Amino acid sequence: MMQLWYFLVDLLPFEWAQTGSMYFMKNALLAVLVISPLFGLLSTMVVHSRMSFFSDALGHSAFTGMAIGAICGFGEPTWAAVVFAVVFAVLFNLVRRRSALTSDTVIGVFSSTAVALGIFISTLGGRSFTKFNSLLIGDILSVDPGKIGLLALILLAVLALWAVSFNHLMLSTVHPALAGSRGVKVFWQETVFSVAIAVVVTLSMTWVGLLVINSLLVLPAASARNTARNMTQYHLFSVLGAVVCGVAGLMTSYYLGSSAGASITLYLAVWFALSFSARKKV
Amino acid sequence: MRKIKHGKLVSGCADACCLKLEGLNVRLDGEPILSDVSFHLHCGEIVALIGPNGAGKSSLLRAILGQLPYSGSITFSPAGGPAIRLGDPTGTVKGTRPLVGYVPQSPTFDRGDPLSVLDFFTAATSNWPVCLPVPTRYREQAAACLARVHGEDLLDKPMGSLSGGQLQRVLLALALDPVPHILLLDEPLSGVDVEGEHQLLDMLDELRTQYDLSIFLTTHDFATLEHFADKVVLLNKQVLKAGSPSEVLSSPEFYRTFHLRMGKGGEE
Repeated sequence: MMQLWYFLVDLLPFEWAQTGSMYFMKNALLAVLVISPLFGLLSTMVVHSRMSFFSDALGHSAFTGMAIGAICGFGEPTWAAVVFAVVFAVLFNLVRRRSALTSDTVIGVFSSTAVALGIFISTLGGRSFTKFNSLLIGDILSVDPGKIGLLALILLAVLALWAVSFNHLMLSTVHPALAGSRGVKVFWQETVFSVAIAVVVTLSMTWVGLLVINSLLVLPAASARNTARNMTQYHLFSVLGAVVCGVAGLMTSYYLGSSAGASITLYLAVWFALSFSARKKV
Repeated sequence: MRKIKHGKLVSGCADACCLKLEGLNVRLDGEPILSDVSFHLHCGEIVALIGPNGAGKSSLLRAILGQLPYSGSITFSPAGGPAIRLGDPTGTVKGTRPLVGYVPQSPTFDRGDPLSVLDFFTAATSNWPVCLPVPTRYREQAAACLARVHGEDLLDKPMGSLSGGQLQRVLLALALDPVPHILLLDEPLSGVDVEGEHQLLDMLDELRTQYDLSIFLTTHDFATLEHFADKVVLLNKQVLKAGSPSEVLSSPEFYRTFHLRMGKGGEE
């Protein structure tokens, strides 16, 4: 698989695309081509169901999961973080369902608890926080083929989830009682979706960076909403915007030596500004 | 607006098609929301549910939909057939549980929501994921359903751009696919202008004769009650009064509930 990819990239007329060198850049490009449509797709539903604050909170909980994983001495703390984020998402849905508080308040409660717990654990016994700094910024150039394969599997899983339950999820966000009257299991739909975001955010945090990861879940669909008139256009614009900005951001980071996650986000911000100035009149 | 009534207020259902609520109790977090609610709703009848805010009107609809736990019984008997108990797991046998159509209190859509009427309709009635372009056959299906409420021209409009009356018609078309035995509408007249209101009420009248539906709706619009409702139920956690519109609207219970002064011989 990777040999085929390297062969294809070698055909490109870039300095880093020469045969037999710069594999980290070629891997990073492939990773961006997998991550960006994944985020473009999830973004449509994050924005539609007004969960952008929730996905932000998940990023924070993912960091706490990493800290817990590290203190428990796991060689690969990412998996501990995935488990923690999934528990966080399920617990959040349960509390939101039973509480009379609005979603943003419940998210605030969970988010601040998770951050405090993460800082508490990672600084326990006077340890330095600096080893977590790399998580905040992220480093796409460190991605290896195995991780790209994992992300590709997740992209396939999210595509399958969309094919099976996009309609139900969308109806649940429009009107839970109406969705219920048509046989939709609203609570399960919401839980499965938030677990999906939890897994994706946690697994890609290392490469995208905790501080900007939420922008990838908000900006593509926010830009698409400016111009889209139906669901097909909405998805098309969101995924397309994410991929174009993802590749452009990676290139810019290569030539300017800046962080890839931040560069991608800035392109998305420009993309948003452009779509805003061309927004539909309703 | 036509004035049609077949409101013989029979208390027993005999062999007629009928939805029966008996001794219905709903509690939420320990607080009683509805207590001992009993009444009958016959096919072809339009029954209006009125009551102050917080009287439990929406909860009653949700109990009939099976979305709230309750005690007591809700049964539906098709014409000449055996009674089916709603919300009872044994009643969910295929083909026997009545179909309940539900028109919710107007959901809000952002004006910029990229959700067309076609997307909304297809998402609710088919397995086709609407993030992909909708194939012609689903489009035709949706158009046919919208034609029932004279709304074919709304198909490509974004949901957020519909007027109150148009939105109610789209939601009504959705509730009629498949054609239900019982149609529940939660505040269908709120946010709808006078013209839209007449159009909607005429449509309900047309539907109940065409499909022999039981129509049950909540409303705050007392002025039009006499024109369309066969029966009115006044609810405030329990049934305070039920009967013909004129009976209920002139009852002391009605005046007391809404803090109105009665005419001569009345009370405060």
